[in-house]
Amino acid sequence: MDVLTGLFTFEDYGALVSLLLNSILAAALLGVVGGLVSVFVMTRDIAFAVHGIAELSFAGAALFLLIGFDVVHGSFVGSIIAAAIIAVGGVRESEKNSIIGVLMPFGLGLGILFLALYDGRAANKFGLLTGQIVAISGESLRLLVVTALIVLVVLAVIWRPLIFAGLDPQVARARGVPVASLHLIFMVVLGLSVALSVQVVGVLLVMALLVTPAAAATQVTASPVVTPILSVVFAVVSSVGGVLVALGSPVVPISPFVTTISFLIYAVCRLIGRRRMRRHIRARTQRESDLDRHPSLR
Amino acid sequence: MTDAPPVREPVLELSDAELRFGERVVWHHLTLDVQPGEFIAVLGPNGTGKTSLLRALLGQYRLRAGSIRVNGHPPRTGDGDLGYIPQQKGMDRDTPMRGRDLIRMGLNGHRWGMGPLKRADRDRVEELIDAVGAREYSDSPVGLLSGGEQQRLRVAQALVGQPRILLCDEPLLSLDMQHQRRVAALIDEMRRTRDTAVVFVTHEINPILPYVDRVLYLAGGHHLIGPPREVMTSASLSRLYRSPIEVVEVGGRLVIVGGDDHHPHHDTDEDPADEPGILLGKGDH
Repeated sequence: MDVLTGLFTFEDYGALVSLLLNSILAAALLGVVGGLVSVFVMTRDIAFAVHGIAELSFAGAALFLLIGFDVVHGSFVGSIIAAAIIAVGGVRESEKNSIIGVLMPFGLGLGILFLALYDGRAANKFGLLTGQIVAISGESLRLLVVTALIVLVVLAVIWRPLIFAGLDPQVARARGVPVASLHLIFMVVLGLSVALSVQVVGVLLVMALLVTPAAAATQVTASPVVTPILSVVFAVVSSVGGVLVALGSPVVPISPFVTTISFLIYAVCRLIGRRRMRRHIRARTQRESDLDRHPSLR
Repeated sequence: MTDAPPVREPVLELSDAELRFGERVVWHHLTLDVQPGEFIAVLGPNGTGKTSLLRALLGQYRLRAGSIRVNGHPPRTGDGDLGYIPQQKGMDRDTPMRGRDLIRMGLNGHRWGMGPLKRADRDRVEELIDAVGAREYSDSPVGLLSGGEQQRLRVAQALVGQPRILLCDEPLLSLDMQHQRRVAALIDEMRRTRDTAVVFVTHEINPILPYVDRVLYLAGGHHLIGPPREVMTSASLSRLYRSPIEVVEVGGRLVIVGGDDHHPHHDTDEDPADEPGILLGKGDH
């Protein structure tokens, strides 16, 4: 119990909340972005790309820190460059992962180099890796909000063809969907989303907001409408919930709370989803054996 | 084998069409009129341009010479007159899509935005669910369906936009024999009830042999067109390949033997292999 009381002091909680209202709003917006983007990260099976982009985002941020620019800008630049390289270089399925695997240690290495050369405050170093939303300036916050809105508008426009292209690229191409361009656009959107998430949960933990929410949602539903809605709810609960809980703790940063809530939601969905999965598989087995008994039924 | 349908305005016209990749002639002097409701099988060894023919019809490849007319107009991308059924491939268990959503994609998957379907379009999806016999699993996640069920849904997806021609690119590959037979019968039923022409690319004529009106057999830049009983003979194929080919009928199945045996795998246009070695109808893979 002593440990717990050491971790949390909810004195002046109300005052803190109003002080950090902007951060809470940013976390909510990020939840919406993460929830939607994670649907595509999951269906396109590019969780590894998310991690790769995050580490180059770190390199960009560290470089900007070193040369005296805004860290947030640096992480955006790093993210977008990484996303573009992965999009263009890894068009073929078989090359995708190797390109990311090559880029990732290179990016992280560069980041460590830049941080080693930098002789400023140490707090900044850890903020990049593990999240720092409370520390971001008003100007950076505006950048985050504008970026999030751009991401949401672009996603709303390309939503359906993007789903189609991810599901069945050959058929989508036959129906006139510009599959390659959509892939490139989505990767840039993903780059922006990663840069946003880095600000809240840090480089190492972006997957909690860009992979886990949709992975949890698809455990309990296959509806293409309910999935993104649930995913957004899960992501917002994780990000905002994480910030609100963290405000009560003077020592623990936000990110562990975000990742823990996100994980717990996934675990619960997984449990609920097991019965659903079993039911569907049993129904399929039944249908197939019916076919065997009545070949005339086709 | 079916009786030839009465001659009407063709839905597909190829005249003296020629396709090349660089200097390599994929096929040339290809002239073919396809009637509404006609079932054409496109056969031939790997790399002879079967899939490329479909891509040319879809407006993805341009001819070097000659012309193609799809329902009276030149090929164009996103042509609503064409439906397309791909090879079956497994889908992730957690794909957020149910049976009916897969069909729906055939109507609005290419449209920007995220709005819902119109009333009439929803009714069409329902109609197709019943037409392909997918009612039972129309609300099941597609990732948890059998390969045969997924292909039935893809047939529905290709037909829901009411195309005049159905392009099939090895849709039976990787299905077991029973599902091959059922999906083939479904495609036949659909083209009869809807008067939709079928251009069916395959390595394996046997599952569709009862339904095929004409065969387009591509090999080494040359081709043969005609009813199966005329094209699928030792004499015709030996002439086409310019080497001895034996067509044997075994238990109602056609087996083609000649040259080096090689195992059929999916067409890759990047990797042309126009040697005549071929073994067709060797069974199920």
